[in-house]
Amino acid sequence: MAVPAIELRNITKTFGDIVANKDVCLTVNRGEILSILGENGSGKTTLMNMISGIYFPDHGQIFIDGKEVVIRSPKDAYDYKIGMIHQHFKLVDVFSVAENIVLGTEDEKGYNLKKSVGQIKAICDKYGFELDPEKKIYQMSVSEKQTVEIVKVLYKGADILILDEPTAVLTPQETEKLFNVLREMKKDGKSIIIITHKLHEVLSLSDKVAVLRKGEYIGTVNTAETNEAQLTEMMVGKKVSLDIDRSDPVNCEDRLVVEDLECMNREGIKVLSNISFTAKSGEILGIAGIAGSGQKELLEAIAGLQKVNSGRIIYNNPKTGQADNLRDKTPMQIRDLGVRLSFVPEDRLGMGLVGNMDIVDNMMLRSYRRGKTLFLERKKPRELALRIIKDLEVVTPSASTQVRRLSGGNVQKVLVGREIASSPTVLMAAYPVRGLDINSSYLIYNLLNEQKEKGVAVIFVGEDLDVLLELCDRIMVISSGRISGITDARTVTKEEIGILMTKNTKEGETDG
Amino acid sequence: MIIAFIQRAVMLGIPLLFGSTGEIITEKSGHLNLGTAGVMYVGGICGVIGSFLYETNTAAFNPALAVIIPLLSSILGSAVCGLIYSFLTVTLRANQNVTGLALTTFGVGFGNFFGGSLIKLSGNTEIPSIALSATSKVFKTTLPFASKLGVIGDIFFSYSALAYVAIIIAFIASWYFKRTRSGLHLRSIGENPATADAAGINVTAYKYGATVIGSVIAGLGGLYYVMDYANGVWSNDGFGDRGWLAIALVIFAVWRPNLSIIGSIVFGGLLIIHNYIPNTTFSGMELIKMTPYAVTILVLIFVSMRRKRENQPPASLGLSYFREDR
Amino acid sequence: MADNKVREPLFHIVKRSKVALPFWKAWLIRIIAVLAALVFCGIITKILTGLNPLEVYKTMFEGVFKSERKMWKFAQETAMLLCVALAVTPAFKMKFWNIGAEGQVLMGGLATAACMLLFAEKMPTWLLFVLMVATSVIAGAVWAVIPAVFKAFWNTNETLFTLMMNYIAIQLVSYFSYIWSNPKGSGKINTINMSTEIGWLPELWGNKYIFNILIVLTLTVLMFVYLRYSKHGYELTVVGESENTAKYIGINVKKVIIRTLLLSGAICGIAGLLLVAGTDHTVSRDTAAGRGFTAIIVSWMGKFNPAYMILTALLLVFFDQGATQVSSFLHLNNSFSEIISGIIIFFIIGSEFFINYSIKFREKTKEAAK
Repeated sequence: MAVPAIELRNITKTFGDIVANKDVCLTVNRGEILSILGENGSGKTTLMNMISGIYFPDHGQIFIDGKEVVIRSPKDAYDYKIGMIHQHFKLVDVFSVAENIVLGTEDEKGYNLKKSVGQIKAICDKYGFELDPEKKIYQMSVSEKQTVEIVKVLYKGADILILDEPTAVLTPQETEKLFNVLREMKKDGKSIIIITHKLHEVLSLSDKVAVLRKGEYIGTVNTAETNEAQLTEMMVGKKVSLDIDRSDPVNCEDRLVVEDLECMNREGIKVLSNISFTAKSGEILGIAGIAGSGQKELLEAIAGLQKVNSGRIIYNNPKTGQADNLRDKTPMQIRDLGVRLSFVPEDRLGMGLVGNMDIVDNMMLRSYRRGKTLFLERKKPRELALRIIKDLEVVTPSASTQVRRLSGGNVQKVLVGREIASSPTVLMAAYPVRGLDINSSYLIYNLLNEQKEKGVAVIFVGEDLDVLLELCDRIMVISSGRISGITDARTVTKEEIGILMTKNTKEGETDG
Repeated sequence: MIIAFIQRAVMLGIPLLFGSTGEIITEKSGHLNLGTAGVMYVGGICGVIGSFLYETNTAAFNPALAVIIPLLSSILGSAVCGLIYSFLTVTLRANQNVTGLALTTFGVGFGNFFGGSLIKLSGNTEIPSIALSATSKVFKTTLPFASKLGVIGDIFFSYSALAYVAIIIAFIASWYFKRTRSGLHLRSIGENPATADAAGINVTAYKYGATVIGSVIAGLGGLYYVMDYANGVWSNDGFGDRGWLAIALVIFAVWRPNLSIIGSIVFGGLLIIHNYIPNTTFSGMELIKMTPYAVTILVLIFVSMRRKRENQPPASLGLSYFREDR
Repeated sequence: MADNKVREPLFHIVKRSKVALPFWKAWLIRIIAVLAALVFCGIITKILTGLNPLEVYKTMFEGVFKSERKMWKFAQETAMLLCVALAVTPAFKMKFWNIGAEGQVLMGGLATAACMLLFAEKMPTWLLFVLMVATSVIAGAVWAVIPAVFKAFWNTNETLFTLMMNYIAIQLVSYFSYIWSNPKGSGKINTINMSTEIGWLPELWGNKYIFNILIVLTLTVLMFVYLRYSKHGYELTVVGESENTAKYIGINVKKVIIRTLLLSGAICGIAGLLLVAGTDHTVSRDTAAGRGFTAIIVSWMGKFNPAYMILTALLLVFFDQGATQVSSFLHLNNSFSEIISGIIIFFIIGSEFFINYSIKFREKTKEAAK
């Protein structure tokens, strides 16, 4: 039997109390594509970071071509011809493409950027990438940046390639192009490890699939001998039957009407256009789409955090019957209008909460302004903190524990608990169950359902289609900043949503 | 008179040029070393100590040794300062501003302490004050043909070797950043250390290297000042706040060593221009001395308003890097 | 990496993120650092002077506590350093690196001196005091708010900006030192209103330091309350921790930056007032005496908590005064104290690493042998 190109034995890594990887074993041969499949937070990225030298394992061994090696730094990894394409691009913004690509390489003949530019162009021609080596990274789009990342690894001549969720930001065409490149490289005898949680990609591309669940290694199967159902079972641990209680919408009124919204990001690139929809009270409106299609900007535009170019955001106040335009209003002004808008942002510790403050002080974020005195009132926030800790079963030593010391699920409970406590009329939640264990996830689903039954207009941005289908009443799909469809969650199928998610990117895609 | 002015401006600018080139190299690795002011004191006094011990203990004065000994001791002194700073900020990830300020306190104190106590410590009480005239004379050796070239010779060729070293180092630094692979690596660390790390660059080694080399270069500024400008006479606080002016010069030159050559001469000129403007009152002089700082602020404001990406400070300036940070 | 022998790193560094070090352990580490620094300084002194290290410590102690006058001086120096440290703390808590306290103090002092010089006999004393307080507060605040405005609107680097503002302030003081010089043309301002003592802060119980110390103690309490219990303090903490969170909950970040720096500068202005009207009765380039920089270290070592900052200020002033005594005892240059302070600060700065990170030694893996 051939010696595997890379083999991992019993790799274990912990962060504090959290076990990110436990006794993981993998082998990849030359000319083979291995998929690593697992839900968010199952430890896929941590594992790959250990191969590429970003983290160092607590236990276990790594073998390259049958020899045990120690990868202490990314430099070691490159020496073993391991190249990783990170999900979060590792590029220097003020550098040109060529400068980024030659970064970290060594050449006895000295530093010659012009020669490198030629080599980069050759690689691009070979695989059909369109890339201007002189262009600065900060002037590029997300997919262009990924191309740079891939060319970089190719340029460095890696034999073992690791790709961390490479398709999350790509259009289907780009994805297919990438897969073709990977197949070419496979023919060259390279070993490829691709991290993903998209089953159809796993099945169409890889030779073998290794499955991780909550940091534990579940097993490896040959792609030819498996199917979606089996993989899903391995990934989730049991058959997917979510059993989320879904009641019918009650007393639906148009609470939030968005008309023709258009936004640009800081770089002046249009991220949202022609967005028109209505969020109704007493229902959950799901938003589906590939990561980075404009979900974040949409919610932030409504919350008054994102500049709006044109369009209107109308809030129908149930108390006064008044219709207010929230566009170009700051969060403060929105609150002063009497709009009870709650927002659970994607970035929990970077936006929703302050990691270095304790739970009580985090409770005050929304309410500290109350009262006319110059001083803070901590009594009620403390009561609220204790109530949330009790009701949502937050595991914490005390209410005065810093939030960053809590585990992901408990952090989210604190955040959602606070946002719900202000009895909102509109509740927006972006990826509220990302990285959460099953129990915490269900707790969040139940909380959202409870709010819906109370007559709140809930907007839920999710990534797991099964959850969206079982939790929501309607699902709005956005793709490249446009609405590609609004569907009834009770009748639509997963496949239909999948198609919508990539819909108008296909139309808009002309220049590759 | 104009020629004399330019000569003085250059001579005053050279220490600033050393300081700012050193500081730029350090800042390119993402470390704002506010200790540069202290390092320049240490570089100066260590040269003085080396030279003092040599001059007082040798019978046969050898010009070559008279240069090498202070030069090496100056380099050693400032390298140690750079090591202290980088150990604290790189390895121990201490706050850069606090560490830098502590280093300045230490360095200035170190300089003034030895400057004031060297004679007593050496036990040789016959010497009234530190005046290393012999060594200084060697340091001040200029090109023999300079005086024959008239005005051009006076303006361009009348300085001592160390002055040209400063200019050459600045050019080399510019070339290094722009044209070498290692320079590219260093810049990438200052911009985005995580990326550099992922690319297999030894971030720690570069940060140490940039800080220590930067300190050594800055320290040479102190050496030049005392041996050349001050004729080998150390006076406490004589160097003044020029170390801070060197940091200001970094901004003025928008992190480009070749621009700081011009900048240093301009700053040097601004420091003495009051002597050349007729009928300046003492109070007026103090206002004129303010101009380098005011100009620096204007540059800082202008650069931040224009938001040209290439002219910004290194993006990770002042932040410590920890690979496993999540 | 040609050799296939397994080389494992001896240890690696882990951030203490989930489990904090117990309170007492953190302080134990700091105390050990100070002790280690003391031992180190003892060795240094021994090498330089040949003196018994214990003798050195004794001399240091005497330098601070030997006479009543020295103890008052110690208290006054601590109070003034603490005052400036209090001033920079709200800005630092907001992660605004105000290293311009030196200049802000000078401007406060200059404004005070100007009032004392120009209006001494032209208005009732109470009005003069009001004017002194008002102008010094305004001068300090203006000096701090200029960089703050640029930071808020254009994200101009505040560290470098405030640093430059120091030197502009120094030159302004030099300028006025010539304008108001006494004797004429000396470039120095002699004791202001020496005979009349107009504008001098009152000497309580015959001691010119007590008034200053009381003011600073009051400020310490107020600052503690402001940071911990006021809405402003809460807002600036949120801005410092995460600008995104601040925006998310509707805090006007620009407003908070500007407001906080107004406060920071105003307190520096008061420090200038206390120095000029309270003890020095004149103003010069050296009025702030580097306190603006040392204060940063005090504030940072005190974890931006005014209560701890009393301790760190005491510590630094103790070493400063003690080392000054050592140097005068040995007829050395009094910059000796700066070297000692520098070394002590290095040790304390370094010790924070062991509080925030832990070093894990790698366990030997048994399987590796097979």
